[in-house]
Amino acid sequence: MSGKKQILCLLLAFAALSGCAPQKEASNSANTITVWHWMTDREPAFRELARRYEAKTGIKVRFELYAPSEEYSQKVRAAAQGVNLPDIFGILGEKKDFASFIKAGHVLNLSSYMSADNFKWRDRFYARALAVNEFPSGNTYGVPAGYYAVPIDVMTIQMLYNKELLKKLGSEPPKNLQELLDIGKKIKAAKMQGLVSGWGEIALIDCFANNYAFNIMGKDKVLATIKGRVPYTDPDWIRVLSLFKEMQESGVFANGLVTMINKNAEQLFANGRAVFAFNGSWCVNVYKGMNPNLSYGVMLPPKASDKYPMAIWGGAGSSFMVNARAKNKEEAVKFLEWLTDKEQQAYLSEATNNLPANKESVSALSEVMAQFAKGIDNSTHPNVWGVSEFTPVLEAFDKGIQSIIIGEKTPEQVASEVQKIKMRELAKKK
Amino acid sequence: MRIKETLENYVFVLPAVTIFIVFYIIPFIWVFQLGLFEWDGILPTKIFVGLNNFKEIFFDRTWWQSMGNAGYITLIALTFQNIIAFMLAWACDREIRAKNFYRLIFFIPPVLSEVVVGLVWQWILDGNYGLLNYWLNGLGLGNLTRSWLSDPQTALTAVAIVHSWKGFGWGFLIFLAGLQTIPRELYEAARVDGANAWQTFKNVTIPLMIPVAALVAILTILGSMQSFVLINAMTRGGPAYHTEVPVLRILASMRGSSRFGYACAQGISFGVILMAISFVQYKLSKKIKE
Repeated sequence: MSGKKQILCLLLAFAALSGCAPQKEASNSANTITVWHWMTDREPAFRELARRYEAKTGIKVRFELYAPSEEYSQKVRAAAQGVNLPDIFGILGEKKDFASFIKAGHVLNLSSYMSADNFKWRDRFYARALAVNEFPSGNTYGVPAGYYAVPIDVMTIQMLYNKELLKKLGSEPPKNLQELLDIGKKIKAAKMQGLVSGWGEIALIDCFANNYAFNIMGKDKVLATIKGRVPYTDPDWIRVLSLFKEMQESGVFANGLVTMINKNAEQLFANGRAVFAFNGSWCVNVYKGMNPNLSYGVMLPPKASDKYPMAIWGGAGSSFMVNARAKNKEEAVKFLEWLTDKEQQAYLSEATNNLPANKESVSALSEVMAQFAKGIDNSTHPNVWGVSEFTPVLEAFDKGIQSIIIGEKTPEQVASEVQKIKMRELAKKK
Repeated sequence: MRIKETLENYVFVLPAVTIFIVFYIIPFIWVFQLGLFEWDGILPTKIFVGLNNFKEIFFDRTWWQSMGNAGYITLIALTFQNIIAFMLAWACDREIRAKNFYRLIFFIPPVLSEVVVGLVWQWILDGNYGLLNYWLNGLGLGNLTRSWLSDPQTALTAVAIVHSWKGFGWGFLIFLAGLQTIPRELYEAARVDGANAWQTFKNVTIPLMIPVAALVAILTILGSMQSFVLINAMTRGGPAYHTEVPVLRILASMRGSSRFGYACAQGISFGVILMAISFVQYKLSKKIKE
């Protein structure tokens, strides 16, 4: 090999390796705002809004879709490590992850923008939607108080019922647990499938259990448990876990629920093969695509106790953060203000069948969407509790529920195992 | 002059060595180094915890359960998968009609996407509307129907069988290549000496195939212990922890718990275990060969 060729080889190797070096900033020209998101169903609507914004301001908005959400989440983390986040992005994860992004200097505090003009921007949102993105003063995460993200839409996670199948069973939507268990028996006798949901993916199973935990013991006791002041072996928690056993035995749950992913659950419900579903308001668009003639209603999970109200998870469905290090951060904030204006929010809601985050945009909702929207009054979310449960504890709790459903463990065994892990994590923290 | 030649030689290997160091050695050192820290993958600060992450692995029951599950999948692959692969390779090595067609067919599963295979088999094994239950009902065996992937008694075996179905093509190909290297004269000599088919198989084919079998076994162990895409698509480790495997646990530590340090420690420990298994396997096969 000649000397020239050797030098060429070295240069090529250097060029290949230098591509691995992190970029210092999200490199965009001043006239382009880059947005990363994971919402496949909203991509066409986002593109249309980007076109409108460019026509109005001359600023190009580039929406970049990265799906599925797990891969998106990894991409955002990797970009954060490489200090290479785009101007606008979303964070999928728990509140503590959100806090870490803020503490690492990746997320812009939007409080000053929200409070400008006598809180004009802030006041257009549902308070619960904004609360998910707020860190109040003295929060346990050690984050300076403020609003750190803009809600794009609102969601609630509730139970759905197939009107025709319920009619076939001669039943009405259940109002309490006993009525639900009675319907379960009818489902079993008719060899139909009961409740379907993405319980193989953990988050929804946790949500369902928490709904009943709030109903049985109230918010304060749930939060006291997370803080380590009430053990999971408390009779109220055992009651929560026992509900899963009762529902399984009565026939409320569909076959294979414990390994079901939400996409499959959505297909089963949309095709009229399951009486109940447990899903978020995003499902309206999904069902519409799968079966436009599906006749279904929305309800809160039937109460197991009259002591406390039933609480469902809800609030901001998806939110966008502004990269604190972006050159275009001022432009990015302006774009988000425009995106959450009444007109754009109404368009997004109509095009994607999601509940708008801007309360002024809620006008003509379909019956199902109105039922989902009504649930906002009963909603709560782990991101507004101010404390987070240890992830190993959550995993043990949710996997434990799967064990109860498959008849492998008793509620007492699961409660005891979860408490052991809780003690271990508390000891580690100390 | 000699120094110049030596230097020139080093220049030749420099790009390869550089790439190897940058993409293999340095990441390995980083992963080990990260295993000594508690880090959430986002914050710029990391807390040094020494060997605590490695110690924690010893008491992580779920981790060891996942190792046990991977071991079970490997056992099924080593036996069921490789016996089928060998038998099919042996059949295709003989003068049968359309053997090239069979070779092609048997190699289709390995080239399919693991996610696609997982989703198709998930549909076949579905407890409600799956093909398997449909066929069983059609054959009057309705009492055998079940939710194959949600039943703790069948989930792991179902996953292991699908993994074997997906992977047997590799074994088939290597066994076939091995069988074709056996000199035909040895078979002729055996026939002249009056050996029947079984004696020829036992005394000629099997001894000469031991090195190939050892290679297939090592590849099977490494591939099966590390399997996760298929399992993620089929069960996501459920029901409960019944189909959890080590790579899923590493992912759970990293993505679910945001414990990058612990995930790295798990990765290093897992690598060491695999190396140890491969070493023992290699020594054993060498002994058998002798």
